[in-house]
Amino acid sequence: MEFFRNPNVNWLGWKWYFLAFSMIFSVAGIIKMSWNYSHIGSPVPLGVDFQGGTQLDVKFANPPDIDAIRHAMEAAGVKDAVITSFGPAPQHEVLISLPVQTNEAALDTGRQQIESALQTHYNNYFDPNTGVNVAVVGPTVGHQLEKQATLATLYSMLGMLIYLWFRFQLIYGVAAVVACFHDTLITVGAFALTGREISLTVIAAILTLVGYSMNDTIVVFDRIRENLRMSRRESLTDLVNRSINQTLSRTVLTSGLTFLTVLALFIFGGPVLNDFSFALVVGILIGTYSSIAVAAPMLVAWQEGRAGKGKAASLPAARKPKN
Amino acid sequence: MKKNLRNKIVLIIAVLLICLYGIFGIPSGISGKALLSAISNRIHMGLDLQGGAHLILQVQVSEAVNAETDNSLQEIQQDLKKANITVSQVYKPDPNKPDVIRVEGAPAAQNDAVSSLLEGTKYANEYDVSGGSDNNWTLTMKPVFENDLDKRTVDEAIETIRDRVDALGVSEPLIQEYGLGANQILVELPGVSDLDQVKGIIRSTARLEIHAVVDNGGPFPSQDAAMQSVNNALPPDDEILPSSGDLAGSNGTQYYVLQRSAIVAGSDFRSADPGVNSNTGQQQVNFTLTDEAGDKFWDYTSANVGKYMAVVMGGTVREVAVIKQPIRDSGLIEGGFSQNEVVELSKLLRTGALPASLNYIEASTVGATLGADSIREGVTAAVVGIVVVMAFMLVYYKGSGINADLALIFNLIILLGIMGLSSAISSAAGGGGLVLTLTLPGIAGVILTIGMGVDSNVLIFERIREEIRSGKAASAAVDQGFARAWLTIVDTHVTTIVSAAILFIFGTGPVKGFATTLTVGLAANLFTAVFVSRVIFEAHLNKLKAGEMVSI
Repeated sequence: MEFFRNPNVNWLGWKWYFLAFSMIFSVAGIIKMSWNYSHIGSPVPLGVDFQGGTQLDVKFANPPDIDAIRHAMEAAGVKDAVITSFGPAPQHEVLISLPVQTNEAALDTGRQQIESALQTHYNNYFDPNTGVNVAVVGPTVGHQLEKQATLATLYSMLGMLIYLWFRFQLIYGVAAVVACFHDTLITVGAFALTGREISLTVIAAILTLVGYSMNDTIVVFDRIRENLRMSRRESLTDLVNRSINQTLSRTVLTSGLTFLTVLALFIFGGPVLNDFSFALVVGILIGTYSSIAVAAPMLVAWQEGRAGKGKAASLPAARKPKN
Repeated sequence: MKKNLRNKIVLIIAVLLICLYGIFGIPSGISGKALLSAISNRIHMGLDLQGGAHLILQVQVSEAVNAETDNSLQEIQQDLKKANITVSQVYKPDPNKPDVIRVEGAPAAQNDAVSSLLEGTKYANEYDVSGGSDNNWTLTMKPVFENDLDKRTVDEAIETIRDRVDALGVSEPLIQEYGLGANQILVELPGVSDLDQVKGIIRSTARLEIHAVVDNGGPFPSQDAAMQSVNNALPPDDEILPSSGDLAGSNGTQYYVLQRSAIVAGSDFRSADPGVNSNTGQQQVNFTLTDEAGDKFWDYTSANVGKYMAVVMGGTVREVAVIKQPIRDSGLIEGGFSQNEVVELSKLLRTGALPASLNYIEASTVGATLGADSIREGVTAAVVGIVVVMAFMLVYYKGSGINADLALIFNLIILLGIMGLSSAISSAAGGGGLVLTLTLPGIAGVILTIGMGVDSNVLIFERIREEIRSGKAASAAVDQGFARAWLTIVDTHVTTIVSAAILFIFGTGPVKGFATTLTVGLAANLFTAVFVSRVIFEAHLNKLKAGEMVSI
């Protein structure tokens, strides 16, 4: 069986449609992020490990009633509790969150208050030792983690750029980094648009998909470079199209297979990993798309820009041309 | 050629067996249950899967600095007395800056003597001395010394916590410094069920201290009354502390005005044991001091017969006694302790006092039931992923699909085997070395490894198909396929491994688990997709007749 026997699609001909598609999603993401920034203070909702606060994941013996829990909190005088159901219904899990406690000496009071409120005012059994996940994060740790995550992202991008510069010429590196940046923007935008929280594991997912998108782009670039060495007479547009077509089978297959495994994780992997797998699902789709729709057209546009200015119109294929 | 192939097959089988051992050890049986329990014994699981507590504590290093400057302050006072110099005061002007000491009001004639005393090597190592022209001096602790003190405090706190956690019998706790230079400690306790008790014990500052009660320093019925006795202006070297409420001869909580700096405290106590007073039958703590502290205590008590001193523990006054005669190095404390309190106090004093108090700045726990849920969900997703991928490869690449599927299974066996072996090696080596931990994101890493790992096979197979299409024979096509795909495979693996390395450096526990599983999985993939796949092809090619093509 073979999906793509000899594909011959004019990919670069579609570049304006691609641009429009990317722009729509990027702009939608940016608009929602700005709205978020003015309403909740950060572009994307932040998980408890960045924002600080108290979050309890309680597993009840019987199906939980959110309203009854809210009454229980009010009856016990616990203020500002946010209560949502968590995970698939048969798990009977509920997420109860409190905002960050600025007094670090009394960090634990929130959890104690919630647990005693549930035990006194809500008649549904839960085991406080084995059936509860607690995360209590003070403001110090929250800020530290934010810094760490930002540093990790920056170093990652920097590492990629250096690696690409070393393996290819600079313009390839820039095109690939622009494609990765585009992927990250749209993925984070997807989080903003769907109201999902960004936690440290989500950052891990985003860094992974950056690596993955880079992979994909490299495979296409590898083929472009190989073809450039062999053929001098073909126009760049035709050559890039041909390169993409030649790698299409491989690109779609691997992305498809990785996508299937990540989809399995998204559907079956449970609520704790749900945001993480969402990032990967979106990221893999967009990562594959960007190698064809963003990185390749950027290479061609750069060269045509140089040709337009009358400079030597050749995309650097390799440092030493093979004979 | 054939011998070469046989050696390679032997190598592969050897690796397979070693990794299977890594995963299962020697299982007690072959039933599903026995195998599962063998796996969970071998592979080290993170807190998010097995349940437990993850705590981050902030060490209040300023208290250690305070204690150190208190010591220096006392020494300065003694040295001045020995040199017969009387100054107006030696004190710490700002409670928020515990590293600054002021010496004020030296008589003009002895200015030089004071200068040379303060700038002598005894203090110059620790403090920068400034001033002197107006008969006042300021000693500020050197930043280098203070950093060193902070670090020592954190290290001591880690050791003390370790002793206390060991005494509780928590298995495989993790206690280490956290954050870079932030004076924080990470404590991970797998399988702990009563978190409150553990947190209490770790953090208890049961520091035993003996303070002088100032003249007319109490007892007062309320804090306000105590303040009034000093005309509402508490001198900086005094403090007001409440009593524990059951002091002999008092009703309820009383307040005392004490000297802030303790006569003897903390590590000055060599031992503390519970005992029972033969006369009153009350619980008491019998203590002995170290020799050096004994001398200090003797000096103080000799000079202050008839005055009162207070035994303070955890910020409350436990006992007030009059100094009837000089005491050297052994005594007893009776402060209305219950038997539990006395035993716990002795235990805590034996394992040493914390050098500074600790605040929790993060506390996360995973309940064991929820952890088990996560395992189940992760494994389900992994199995679904594997089955889907394997089925696809069979359908799309026919015979070669079997090749890819075998390589995939082998990849997983190596990945899990390495994880199991790392923890086996580490426990054999007495707990050192790197233990690869499986966390929930780590299971996701395994799933990603499956998807990305099969990428390598796809790359190779697509090249083989291309070569076959351009007319090459089976063997040549396979050779070319592997040769030309190799560089791209390395490229794609390296970029992902670089991301994973950065995540490992900057991430916390669960994310670290993700980074390690992904890295080990992809590294193993380099072996299985290229070497093992190749061997399987070669074995198959050997059986082909001339002109026959591989099934791909």
